[in-house]
Amino acid sequence: MSFSIVLEHLAMVIAAVFCSIVVGLPLGIASYYFPRGRKAILFVSDVLQTVPSLALLGIIMIFVGAGKLTVIIGVTLYSLLPIVRNTYLGLSEVDSGVKEAARGMGMSRFYRLFKVELPLAFPVMFTGIRIATVNAIGTIVFAASVGGGGLGSIIYKGIRVMNVKWIALGTLSLMLMAILFDAVMGIVEKKLNQKFTGKSLQMNAD
Amino acid sequence: MYGDELIRNIGIHLMYVFVSVFFGFILGMTLGILLSRAPKYSKIVLPILSVFNTIPGIVFIGILFLYLGMVPMTVIIALSIYAMFPILKNTYVGITNVEQKYVEAARGCGMNRRQILFKVELPLSMPTIIGGLRMATIYTVSWTVLAAMIGLGGLGEFIYQGININRNDIILLGAIPAAVLAILLGFLIDVLQRKVTPRGIRKEVK
Repeated sequence: MSFSIVLEHLAMVIAAVFCSIVVGLPLGIASYYFPRGRKAILFVSDVLQTVPSLALLGIIMIFVGAGKLTVIIGVTLYSLLPIVRNTYLGLSEVDSGVKEAARGMGMSRFYRLFKVELPLAFPVMFTGIRIATVNAIGTIVFAASVGGGGLGSIIYKGIRVMNVKWIALGTLSLMLMAILFDAVMGIVEKKLNQKFTGKSLQMNAD
Repeated sequence: MYGDELIRNIGIHLMYVFVSVFFGFILGMTLGILLSRAPKYSKIVLPILSVFNTIPGIVFIGILFLYLGMVPMTVIIALSIYAMFPILKNTYVGITNVEQKYVEAARGCGMNRRQILFKVELPLSMPTIIGGLRMATIYTVSWTVLAAMIGLGGLGEFIYQGININRNDIILLGAIPAAVLAILLGFLIDVLQRKVTPRGIRKEVK
């Protein structure tokens, strides 16, 4: 096994999580501002996460063809729920007194969102990003069956030729990656929480 | 022309899901209760479990496949273990989160330890436990797709077949029922969750 496969896996994880942040953040903000749309947005992202990963990838593959793009789109959709939900939760948990004060200072809605609400919601949003990242590391194992490569390809190959060493190698790298990301992002999360609130709040850690 | 095969594979898929979730539920709940009686060990056991949780289901299936061969037992054991994790964790969290005042009140009423567990702690933590059951079921529907990888049927059969011979309609034949199955089971468990919530705390949960 070469190190490039680990990097390939990692690149897909980062690309997918980045895309889900780009898509999920506005959706989270939208569900905070529009209570009517909230139910629909949360429902759709919940359904997307419920769909079996391989089925989702298979369906996307029909439109996009086999390859990394399919994997990235699939995992992006798959990671939406934690990001959308935690963005929404973070924003709505901001102390109403603070929101009121911001309004009293004459801040516009736009200003309030970017200068007050989003910064205060950031620790909770970060928790969502951590969950999405750790999930994505596991889900991208499926990439191998739609021609995306990554660590899954070693595991699949190992199973096919009955080589326990390959399976173990692939699995251990995968576990290591997941644990490492979880730990490092967990530390950042703790720091953020201390900085912003002085206490640790954990929202829907799973 | 695929009608019979579709029904047969849905049946196989459901069978795997039900059997493994059943064993996973019993195992997870038992271990969760035991762990909640001995919180000292939970600091060691829970992190170990979450590390195991990062192992993708395919590895469980793959490694068991090497030792047990191509028998349904392989899939059932692997999926039961996988289904156990969220249920165990949620059982433990649910029971330890029961407010101490209720336990003390129950003790004051003269309940013994078993009565406290079955009449107070378990009912109060049921919503959380069923939340774990939901997660376990949806994961299991998703991972059962992999049974086809080692030639054991289920809806994954169509997905793999379709990917291999490049036929989109066959991919969809597996992917759409698998997605619908997951969404449907998730919905059913949501209903169940509302039903098992003791009436007294029904309003507090959402």
